[in-house]
Amino acid sequence: MLQGWVIVAVSFAYLGVLFAIASYGDRRAEAGRSIIANPYIYSLSLAVYCTTWTFYGSVGRAASSGIGFLPVYLGPTLMVALWWYVMRKIIRISKAQRITSIADFIASRYGKSQLLGGMVTVIAVVGVIPYIALQLKAISGGFTILQHYPAIVMPAKAGAIPVLGDSALYVAAVLAAFTVLFGTRHLDATERHEGLVAAIAFESIVKLVAFLAVGAFVTFGVYGGFADIFTRAARVPSLEALMTVPGGGGGFGTWAFLTFLSMLSILFLPRQFQISVVENVDEDHIDKATWLFPLYLLLINVFVLPVALGGLMRFPSGGVDADTFVLTVPMAEQAQGLTLLAFLGGLSAGSGMVIVETIALSTMVCNDLVMPVLLRLSALRINQRRDLSGLLITIRRLAIGAILLLAYVYFRVAGEAYALVSIGLISFAAVAQFAPAILGGLYWRGATRAGAMAGLLGGFLVWAYTLLLPSFARSGWLPASFLTEGPLGLTLLQPHRLFGLAGLDDISHGVLWSMLANVGLYVGVSLTGATSQAEATQAASFVDVFHHTQGTERTRLLRGSASVSQLLPLVGRFLGPERAGEAFAAFARRRGVASAEALPADASLVNFAETQLAGAIGGASARVVVASVIQEEPPGIEEVMDILDEASQVRAYSHELEHKSRELEAATTGLRAANERLQELDRMKDDFMSTVTHELRTPLTSIRAFSEILLEDPHIQPDQRSLFLSIIVKETERLTRLINQTLDMAKIESGNAEWCAAELDLREVITEACEATSQLFSEARVALTQVLGAAAPRVMADRDRLMQVLINLLSNAVKFCQPGLGHVEVRLTAHGGQARVDVKDNGPGIPREQQEPIFEKFRQGGDSATGKPHGTGLGLPISRRIIEHFGGRLWVESEPGHGAIFSFVLPTE
Amino acid sequence: MASHILIIDDEPNIVISLEFLMKREGFEVAVAGDGESALRAMTERRPDLVILDVMIPRLNGFEVCQRIRAEPAYRGVRVLMLTAKGRETETKKGLELGADAYMTKPFSTRELVAEIRRLLEVRP
Repeated sequence: MLQGWVIVAVSFAYLGVLFAIASYGDRRAEAGRSIIANPYIYSLSLAVYCTTWTFYGSVGRAASSGIGFLPVYLGPTLMVALWWYVMRKIIRISKAQRITSIADFIASRYGKSQLLGGMVTVIAVVGVIPYIALQLKAISGGFTILQHYPAIVMPAKAGAIPVLGDSALYVAAVLAAFTVLFGTRHLDATERHEGLVAAIAFESIVKLVAFLAVGAFVTFGVYGGFADIFTRAARVPSLEALMTVPGGGGGFGTWAFLTFLSMLSILFLPRQFQISVVENVDEDHIDKATWLFPLYLLLINVFVLPVALGGLMRFPSGGVDADTFVLTVPMAEQAQGLTLLAFLGGLSAGSGMVIVETIALSTMVCNDLVMPVLLRLSALRINQRRDLSGLLITIRRLAIGAILLLAYVYFRVAGEAYALVSIGLISFAAVAQFAPAILGGLYWRGATRAGAMAGLLGGFLVWAYTLLLPSFARSGWLPASFLTEGPLGLTLLQPHRLFGLAGLDDISHGVLWSMLANVGLYVGVSLTGATSQAEATQAASFVDVFHHTQGTERTRLLRGSASVSQLLPLVGRFLGPERAGEAFAAFARRRGVASAEALPADASLVNFAETQLAGAIGGASARVVVASVIQEEPPGIEEVMDILDEASQVRAYSHELEHKSRELEAATTGLRAANERLQELDRMKDDFMSTVTHELRTPLTSIRAFSEILLEDPHIQPDQRSLFLSIIVKETERLTRLINQTLDMAKIESGNAEWCAAELDLREVITEACEATSQLFSEARVALTQVLGAAAPRVMADRDRLMQVLINLLSNAVKFCQPGLGHVEVRLTAHGGQARVDVKDNGPGIPREQQEPIFEKFRQGGDSATGKPHGTGLGLPISRRIIEHFGGRLWVESEPGHGAIFSFVLPTE
Repeated sequence: MASHILIIDDEPNIVISLEFLMKREGFEVAVAGDGESALRAMTERRPDLVILDVMIPRLNGFEVCQRIRAEPAYRGVRVLMLTAKGRETETKKGLELGADAYMTKPFSTRELVAEIRRLLEVRP
């Protein structure tokens, strides 16, 4: 006789043991001696995949469809073979990015998008709730059956019992309490729960042992071994069919779909992601798990058919639900202890799943749904709170409660309409919606946030329409006509025969359409849209994770900088000040800095803070929070190149190559041009130097020669002596003038000349220049007339510079006039916005071919038998540049033999 | 009989100083301000030595030197080139064209005189 209190006591004792194991695991982890750091524990914890669905449901399915229960285990076995390729990459990315959940993973991949994270969370919660409900149903069902021991009584329909009398409610409550205890005792930056993993591994052992015990008992205790069971079953016509593969295309189609679904589920069920990725301590553990996990699946399935056949033969009337054979067969044989063990096995399978799944979901709800909303609600001033870790834990606890409550509600509403396996498959189909976004995100750089969102949304809606709503319809919450005739009588939209697609079972049908919508939208939208910079960066760091994380820590996830004094309190608010302080101190030690305060305010500090926060509140929220304090810097050229490179390596490579070769070509052309220009400049400089040297040496020659002559011969005649001395003086003056003008020219040419432009009365300047040169004129006996007219044009120029030009022109004119006969005329006119000055002389004039060269440096005019004029050869070039500087023009007109006219114009005000 | 020296330069002051120096040394001196008049002057009276500036108008010093060397009648005329352009290539060019000596301006009067005397003593 198993009384209710015994079962309850045993259940609590079992949960107590679990809790003790978890506490021990946590304590060991804190002491730095992890008990889960080995591939065996990792493989066992992965067996959280086997829930009550496996424990009870496999036998049930085997009883109705023979080996039809197998695809759900074949899928994972196939997938695990690919783990070295897929899972290792996911784990590597998750460690690098501090991923805390599957929602976080997808959100991070697509540019840390909060919206996407929220969507994934909603899909996960809605999708997985039926699955949790299934566990509640199984555990409470097991409890009810056990209560009536030894009589075999099937549990009543859930809807028939009052809520408060429903054991499933208490199961939900107890599991919620344990989940809170297991999962939210503290907030860890890595969101890892070592104790929990240890407990889950232990649960995997318990359920395996329990199932093997029941299987062995049925096979060898009740019957005479495998051969005996199968031989006997083969004699029963209704059972014979179970031992063959179901015939017909539909059968194989269903197999294929189920295998496909479970392949995806082993990767993307939130609890599998939690255990295999988030809780993974060493990616090398995958190696052993690749064969250990399939071995576990094999062992737990070995006795499924014998138990199913045994049960069917033991209860031929069909009054006993095949889902309960694991319990009811031992009961029928009066094996009390074994029955209790079987119940414990079921409890372990159910509780393990519920605890891990709920923790994973609560993390997602907290980080990707609630926190982003709270952070956005500025009214809450959440950013200013000192310590948010308490708030985070509370949110998670509430989320756990809410999820289990929802699961219970679903169990009450729809739980009776389906067998265990069907409920599970609805969840499988939901999480399969994550596959395109994740798998595509791992290998396809061009996948965009918009594409992921469209795919997820489309797939999810189709899933809800073809699988979730029908489950409500079957339970009577929606009119049955919704299923048989489609909504509003539109037969084309029948949820199980969408667009007239018949011939598939419900699950395959729903999976086909939802995946079609999902993949189609994902690929289509991704191809038509462009990626943002944040997306491109994340895409590259996901797709190329093996390039980035080898050896060095990835930096540059966030550009910009913020100081420790800003970041430490920020992280402290979410992790608690103490934990944050420790983390920063450890980071400082790793970087070889004396204390956390001494950490340099650079991008890697920002990234460190972000990853710390990501562990607590998820990548997307962490980014928003950190962004609020950092000073973003414009991307450097290096980063831009990096992003370009990462955005699409193939495209970027070819682009880069093309770009480089174009650049090279351009650079070569540029260099060639620059080289030619340089050579030209060099030639010009040489010519200039040579000319200047010549011009300097010439006066020096006279000065030296006469000085030596005078020095050697003190008795030289006085008139000769004074001639020689005056030559020395003149040549010295010439030298000085030359040096000054050369410097002046150099200044003007290099743009270093100082110009003091002011409004000038040109008439005044001319008069002044004439006065300044009057002595020159009188000495040379050359007449000077000024024809200035009435106009007094005002120009914008530098007074001294303009004087320089005028004096140069006037003294040139004097120089070329014949003494006594010379006549120079200065004329000023104003016309059409221009003032014009002409300086006209009656000298020999300038040959046509000389008229332009005289404006070149050191090209003096007047070379003739009469000898060189005294000048530097710089006066005219400088004058021309001065006039041009003020927007004017300087030129000469001359008819040889009839004098020359030097003219310039300047714009008037 | 005093040697005859032709000074070819377009810088009046330099010509004055050279003329003074050569006369002081007892030479007979003629002056030309450009290449063409220099060649004309040579046909009038064959000089023993030419002081030849490179930068002169109408046939530069190198061209004048070439003409002198090309003319058999002027065999034995010593050519002393003077230039204010002190680049080595110019010196080389002058010597290759047949100049007997090459001096850079500004020159030492003493050295110039010594060089001229030396050139005149080497009778061909």
